[in-house]
Amino acid sequence: MPKGKKAMPKAIEKPAAFGPDLDIGAFKREAARWPSRAVSTLPQDITQRALSVGVKANEEERAGTYFQIDHSVVSRAVQRAFKGKVEIMSTGEALKRYPWAKKYWWKLVNPGTDKYTALAKLKWDQGYFIRILEGQKVTFPLQACLFISSENLNQNPHNLIIAEPDSEAQIITGCTVHPNVQSGLHVGVSEFCVKRGAKLTFTMIHNWAQNVDVRPRTAALIEDDATFVCNYICLNPVKSLQMYPVAYCRGANSRVSFNTILYGVKNSYLDVGSKIVLQGKGSRGEVIARAIATDKAQIYARGLLVGEHEDSRAHLECRGLLLSNESFIDSIPELVGKVKGTELSHEAAVGKIAEDQIQYLMARGFSESEAEALIIRGFMDVSIFGLPDLLKEEIKRMLDASIAGAL
Amino acid sequence: MALTIEDLTVKIAERKVLNGVNLEVPKRETHVLLGPNGSGKTSLIMSILGFPSFRVLSGRIRFDGTDVTNLPTDERARLGLGVAFQNPPSIRGVKLGEVFRHIAKGEVNEIELAKITNIPMEFLERDLNLGFSGGELKRSEIFQLLAQRPSFAIFDEPDSGVDVENLDIIGKAISGFLKGRAGLLITHLGHILRYVKTDVAHVMIRGKIACSGEPNKIFDLIMKQGYKWCEKCPKVKKPCLKR
Repeated sequence: MPKGKKAMPKAIEKPAAFGPDLDIGAFKREAARWPSRAVSTLPQDITQRALSVGVKANEEERAGTYFQIDHSVVSRAVQRAFKGKVEIMSTGEALKRYPWAKKYWWKLVNPGTDKYTALAKLKWDQGYFIRILEGQKVTFPLQACLFISSENLNQNPHNLIIAEPDSEAQIITGCTVHPNVQSGLHVGVSEFCVKRGAKLTFTMIHNWAQNVDVRPRTAALIEDDATFVCNYICLNPVKSLQMYPVAYCRGANSRVSFNTILYGVKNSYLDVGSKIVLQGKGSRGEVIARAIATDKAQIYARGLLVGEHEDSRAHLECRGLLLSNESFIDSIPELVGKVKGTELSHEAAVGKIAEDQIQYLMARGFSESEAEALIIRGFMDVSIFGLPDLLKEEIKRMLDASIAGAL
Repeated sequence: MALTIEDLTVKIAERKVLNGVNLEVPKRETHVLLGPNGSGKTSLIMSILGFPSFRVLSGRIRFDGTDVTNLPTDERARLGLGVAFQNPPSIRGVKLGEVFRHIAKGEVNEIELAKITNIPMEFLERDLNLGFSGGELKRSEIFQLLAQRPSFAIFDEPDSGVDVENLDIIGKAISGFLKGRAGLLITHLGHILRYVKTDVAHVMIRGKIACSGEPNKIFDLIMKQGYKWCEKCPKVKKPCLKR
């Protein structure tokens, strides 16, 4: 694994395995500094966009907040009731304060993977460090917002999330841009460590702009009896988005679920996969993806399950719905069994809304458009996410607003 | 008349499924439609509902005096036509409760209706028809239809694949609902006729109403002799019998 900066000059030229190749030099690196301030005092045009990705400026029903604008850490705070249970700071601070944090830094994601990981290594722009302390149950969601406020900016946050043994938490991360921003490049590296007996539900919501390119690079390590739920939602236009997060179920009885909801509109190019490597005895994994493509959107929905332990099992389910003739969905599931005894399966379906479903609802008095909206909403049913009711309702409202807007 | 069908001929793709159907159901009457598999009973229902793949070549469908032959399905439903389907599609992520709330418009007591159709309340949170057993499907269809409160209710084989206890529940629910309304029942083995009083029976053979008459008499004959009896019947060749 070439890790040093010496190896970087080569990697910085290396196109990613998937997605359109970008000229990373075409984006600007300089951004004005934002002073740190309370999230509630941020201008309304920023807080409203943040809310569209689940980040609440009033921090109501949130256990803690991290807010980054461009390259500046604007706010990071844990609500009083959760002090001593969870830590939130920038990764820069964390690496200074905790020498041991290096053990987790660039360990699961290889900076030499492609030009985007190399870029994040060479031009690192903070990112959040969230650590849930041993045995602590954080009942309200923690929230993080990565915000781009400057046109054509390149932003490369690197996040580190550690769920200590037997801890429990939900994190909601919203990534978005200022309404005036049309283009930019966001490269987010996220490394997760979910330790023995811990349970972490991570929900990432993206709301970009029509000319923004996005290249998240995510990896998670799941230890004995630990569970990682990783949800991803993208409902708004983006120029190109390519990601293929991976979870290593290394521990005995480790569990991972990836749930993805994609709504491709306009000219969006979405290439989103989920990869699970089953290494521990009794490890289990699940990938559920729902993709809707309309207008001229192109969606690649990938999935890769790798069984490396004799007692391991995983399932992948991908459903795609085409709403226009110019849209495109390519579902690419892959199963790799490396030992006997591993059980891997997949089911995939791509098509248009079934005529018999529309007719059936019309026979109950729904108009054609009401029937379509109901079926689309049902197709993107968030109950697959295993979210707590609070987040479920919030995300449902977001989905409803997007679907209503798109129809 | 609640429903009048005149000389209706219908094609699906290139296949003729109805071949000059004539049928009248007066207000406050319930009729039963019998016929061998593939004779066109379900096609007739889909045509009454106006499903687009059932293409009307000739004839008229009138509902409460209004010509609905060219109306879209949802408008027919709003005029008061409703069907409990034999094989409804399942719709992932759409909850039975959501559909109920849309069609009941706050005017139907959900708990009471669930009780008389034996729908457990947790069913309202389940995906519509997904993984429902045969009996559950029938009950969910009747639950929805009763929430819809059509003035003309069609039940397509509500008694097929239903166990004894649930037959009793379904039978009573349908019979209670049809009081004062008009309806059309399709049945194969006639179990539902023990609960629902019907006024006229029609026998459909090869896309036509071959004979109409007193329900018990016709049903007994069919049970004893099968539809072969109908096919041999000299009257069958005649267009339509007056009762």
